[in-house]
Amino acid sequence: MVYARLILLRLFKAAIVLLMIIIFNFLLIQLAPGDPAAIMAGEAGAADEAFIAQLRERFGLDQPLYVQLWKYVSGILSLDFGYSYRQQMPVLDLILDRLPATLLLTGTAFVLSLVLGIVAGSMAAMRARKPSGSVIMALALLFYATPLFWVALMAVVLFSVYLDWLPAYGMFTVGANLQGLDLVLDIALHLILPATTLGLFFMAVYTRMTRTSMLEAAQQDYVKTARAKGLAPGVIQRRHILRNALLPIITLAGLQAGQMVGGAILTETVFAWPGIGRLMHEALVQRDYNLLLGVFFFSAAMVILFNIITDLIYRIADPRIKEASA
Amino acid sequence: MSFFARFARNRGALFGLIILWVIIGMAILAPIVFPESPWRMVQRPFLPPFAVDGMWLGTDTMGRNVAAGLMHGAWVSLLIGLISTSVALLIGVPLGAIAGYYGGWLDDALMRFTEFFQTIPNFALAIVLVAVMQPSVTSIVLAIALVSWPPVARLVRAEFMSLRHREYVEAARLIGQTNTQIILRQILPNTLSPIIVLASLMVATAILLESSLSFLGLGDPNAMSWGYMIGAARTVIRQAWWLSFIPGVAILLTVLALNLVGEGLDDALNPKLARERH
Repeated sequence: MVYARLILLRLFKAAIVLLMIIIFNFLLIQLAPGDPAAIMAGEAGAADEAFIAQLRERFGLDQPLYVQLWKYVSGILSLDFGYSYRQQMPVLDLILDRLPATLLLTGTAFVLSLVLGIVAGSMAAMRARKPSGSVIMALALLFYATPLFWVALMAVVLFSVYLDWLPAYGMFTVGANLQGLDLVLDIALHLILPATTLGLFFMAVYTRMTRTSMLEAAQQDYVKTARAKGLAPGVIQRRHILRNALLPIITLAGLQAGQMVGGAILTETVFAWPGIGRLMHEALVQRDYNLLLGVFFFSAAMVILFNIITDLIYRIADPRIKEASA
Repeated sequence: MSFFARFARNRGALFGLIILWVIIGMAILAPIVFPESPWRMVQRPFLPPFAVDGMWLGTDTMGRNVAAGLMHGAWVSLLIGLISTSVALLIGVPLGAIAGYYGGWLDDALMRFTEFFQTIPNFALAIVLVAVMQPSVTSIVLAIALVSWPPVARLVRAEFMSLRHREYVEAARLIGQTNTQIILRQILPNTLSPIIVLASLMVATAILLESSLSFLGLGDPNAMSWGYMIGAARTVIRQAWWLSFIPGVAILLTVLALNLVGEGLDDALNPKLARERH
């Protein structure tokens, strides 16, 4: 019951945020220099006068602003994200077509970075006063400061060009027509480089968070009690410190989701991974504003959905929250 | 212990400061060492580093001097990082101060607004803003500022909330200081050290954001930047990997230096916390 109410509340909040993003998108189109109809049509040859006039009529650009806004919002609410004149397809179809690839990439990178980050961070916390702990933190700082797209490019140079171990582009071998398990293996092989490079930055973030969080938890009274009871240090680290330190990490990890989507735009561009991030880059290059705003809306929706999921995980993991907020 | 002694005790911070001064030196000396435009084609394209005298780092795909691009790019990166962080502070500090000082519905409304900006994926928003406003230094600065002010607002709000009922604030109120005076003269000076630390880290993030934007082709078409250099060399990565490698190292070192300096500032400005942490 409590969860149902909670989910409803979160969905309601999410709906408001999404509505604000739609309005924001509308304002962005207004903000753009030049004729919105020309922008929507794209700036290339396709935009002849008759076509622009047709668009202007369709979007009611001669009408007052609030009427235009209403038309725009109701259009999106009925899942009409417009038409991509460059790709000759409705924006929604293009995005839905590319969404699974992005979910696979960001999901893998997220799990990878979270697991490795927590492991590295807790190792650094346990060796806080030893050189090995400092080495882990120095590496984390290094990855934190490295531009994601550059790591991706250097990984291509090293692992694809020189060592020739891993494929650098795409999601599967073109023309191989693989089926079943072979296809899964092929995709997994193509996934290694993009997911690792995307995950590296976030691994650094989670490593730093885990260390701080664990050092904080180690100061608590219940840790002193456990130590006084004579529990083995390893047991205290795992059961008392790490478990309690994990809670804030889950919340912060959820907040990082937005960054992950942003990182996917860069990674997908470098590795030609057929997801919505690369779609966004294509929209940029082709000045396809309809598509650009559509992808932007979907990436925000993904982040909101992800935040709701981590929020629920957090509440299930920590029953104390329930009483406080329900 | 003096401020600098506390800062210098953190050896990483000292190292960061040295790198940062080198980068600043590069930016300042760029127009002196390479008075010509970094966009000018000066030699055969694809010269590897140290192959020809006077072209220490070689030339790019169009025969432009990589060293000149690197030095002029330092100027662009630092400039955009500093200005966009200042603009973000100009948005975030007043909003956070008002929300934290007055509380109530005003706080609620401002925090909802802040949350909204925090929910939207940062980088995607920056891309959309620059694309719609057309790439230029101004639009890039605005976009970076618009995506980076929320943490400032949250930090300043938290500081104001914890300080607004302190005795010296009550005393100022008793002697008849107005709310504006109390905010600006009493509380704000006491929130400066965490703001300075956050700002130094924000400059680093802003430089990363700028390089990512110009890598995607959203840089100012008149400003040579490190991200642009990597983006332009991307297609020839199999033939000339160093063209992407060199500017990337520059970004990495700058961002690393700023992070180290930020940590050092944190230690120097909050000596109590630093002792607990180490």
